[in-house]
Amino acid sequence: MKLNAHNFKENAAKALKDEDLQASLAKLGTGFPLKRLAAAARLPEFEALRDQARDIKDHTLRHLDFYLEKFECKVQETGGHVHWARDIEDGRKIVYDICESVGAKTVTKGKSMIGEEMAINEYLEEKGLIPVETDLGEYIIQLRNEPPSHIIAPAIHLRKSHVEEAFRKTHTELPPERNLDEPEDLLKEARAMLRKKFIAADVGITGANFMIAETGSTVIVTNEGNGDLTQTLPRVHIVLCSIEKMVPNLEDCATLLRVLARSATGQEQSVYTTFSTGPKQMDDPDGPDQFHVVILDNGRSRMLGHDTHDMLRCIRCSACINHCPVYQSVGGHAYGSIYPGPMGSVLTPAIYGLEQSCDLPNASTMCGKCEEVCPVRIPIPQMLRSWREKQWEDGPVPILQRLAMSVWAFWAVRPKAYHFGAKIKMRLLGLLGRKNGHFKSLLFSKAWTKSRDFPAPEGKTFQQLWSEKGGRRS
Amino acid sequence: MSSRDYILGRVRWSLGRGAFERDSCQQLEARLNTPQSNLIPKRGQGDAKAQLSLFVKMATEVNATVSRLKALENVPKAVAKYLKEQELDATVRLADHPELQKLDWSKLDASTGFSTGDDLVGVVMAYAGAAETGSLALRSGADSPTTLNFLPDYHIVVLKAADLVGDYEAVYARLRRESNKTDFMPRTLSWVTGPSRTADIEQTLLLGAHGPRKLHILVIEDNGEAS
Repeated sequence: MKLNAHNFKENAAKALKDEDLQASLAKLGTGFPLKRLAAAARLPEFEALRDQARDIKDHTLRHLDFYLEKFECKVQETGGHVHWARDIEDGRKIVYDICESVGAKTVTKGKSMIGEEMAINEYLEEKGLIPVETDLGEYIIQLRNEPPSHIIAPAIHLRKSHVEEAFRKTHTELPPERNLDEPEDLLKEARAMLRKKFIAADVGITGANFMIAETGSTVIVTNEGNGDLTQTLPRVHIVLCSIEKMVPNLEDCATLLRVLARSATGQEQSVYTTFSTGPKQMDDPDGPDQFHVVILDNGRSRMLGHDTHDMLRCIRCSACINHCPVYQSVGGHAYGSIYPGPMGSVLTPAIYGLEQSCDLPNASTMCGKCEEVCPVRIPIPQMLRSWREKQWEDGPVPILQRLAMSVWAFWAVRPKAYHFGAKIKMRLLGLLGRKNGHFKSLLFSKAWTKSRDFPAPEGKTFQQLWSEKGGRRS
Repeated sequence: MSSRDYILGRVRWSLGRGAFERDSCQQLEARLNTPQSNLIPKRGQGDAKAQLSLFVKMATEVNATVSRLKALENVPKAVAKYLKEQELDATVRLADHPELQKLDWSKLDASTGFSTGDDLVGVVMAYAGAAETGSLALRSGADSPTTLNFLPDYHIVVLKAADLVGDYEAVYARLRRESNKTDFMPRTLSWVTGPSRTADIEQTLLLGAHGPRKLHILVIEDNGEAS
């Protein structure tokens, strides 16, 4: 996918007017968040597990080179192959070379964000292969030729009529008068169409939620079972993962799995959590003959030990996305990046550079919900703030904004004058706005009043009210 | 420079150090080779009876159906009954598992082996069950083809109550214990929690996405050794 992150403002404005998108997003604010809340409430140890999950990832990241080497060694011992990819070019070539070495024609794919990062489907298509996405949501968006809008619910921006349209356009061998009114009908059709692809595929590509250093296993977590069919039926199984997916032991993985599904969809556990270790073993009646793990870096090793280090703890549950008021309003495509929402706004500038993604650190209300729900307690707002600071230092801030901030900063470091000025301003605005309680337009505030009214102050500043209460909450 | 050396070098450079000295390596090796459990939720830690009722509750919550049987010998009859309830032909594909193969399947049209996608009903033995989330642990092997867990529409899993444990960690410990090699993992170890599902169309939950539409668990309360 091509990065289109400098157009966030335009994209967001369009998204807000897109009725279909708004109808799709309407359910999001209550769906996943309420389910997460219920799942967390049901497990008394949930908060303590989050602490441990954070600590496990921290430990692993601090010793990442050790665990990566151990993992590699174990994969080789169990008959598999490890391939290292420093960037996406490297990764794509590795995948294609494996496909070519076995004379592959069709490739089935389980859902993989690393696959999206590599744009592996486009690449394989260019080379004459036929990659088929098998996760229902991914299949739908592949037919519509668009990127995912959410990291675990890729087609969340679509209505069922969009799905019907895509199926009618693609499945031309089926009778045109067939009924596709209900989601059940659509699922049934996709299941039947994809069943043939699963069985015909030469190579199956999946992602990985975790790599386990102790056993050389990769782990996928799915609800549909498509990932399992993808990695069991073809002769060759290729796993796409990135360096930070590592955990030391099966026990560490168990802890992370206890917070993953609960944070993501509010399920106690996803339907299928599958550990793959090497190719099929001597007595196995089924399974792939070859097992390849492609480990992608793509800028992540640079993040270690620096401002965005903690972001590498991310286990891609999407809780921050599901709870984000900005994402809930504009959906995933507006971000123009592979990873949308709060986690994407931290990760994208780290991988692609700040110039490529300057709007993203500002695409946040700083409400802090993302950090509150993060299963591995990533301080996302703090990292967004650090990107904003970098932006300020390194340049890509419009001159007017820079000027306004300088004026504000001049007064802010002179508290007496600042409070005096603020007091006068608040009293004045309080008087002027007393009648309506709000302003339809206000000097220097066009960007605000263009789309909503500015509430009138009640005459006193926060500082005044605070000292009247003696600095207490109530 | 190879990508491998580049990545490992970059990791060390970013972390501000060189490769590990032997002492710290030994500590890390120890952590890796003597795995310790982290916090395990209390809910699965009851006695066998409590674990069984928790397992049944959790599995049922995620749309699995569960029958409790007195003995393994009753499995073919229970399978036949289930198929009748589901209005299906009495045709099943069995895993080549000794415990299943010794049973009398003469009342059903039973064949044995992995699946190529033409089987409506698969019957397998679970390696274990974890009460905390009503999950089944299914491992690949000569006696347990992975295709039987994912291709048939109806997934029937036989779980001996003796193989039911409280948590995932107990299953990992058993895998390690039962293997005399360091490579104790099967090619595929799947935790299965309910039948396949998706919510990819308008966030509507639908069962039977690509894997089984139904999951039926037969719990054998007497593991055969006691009688």
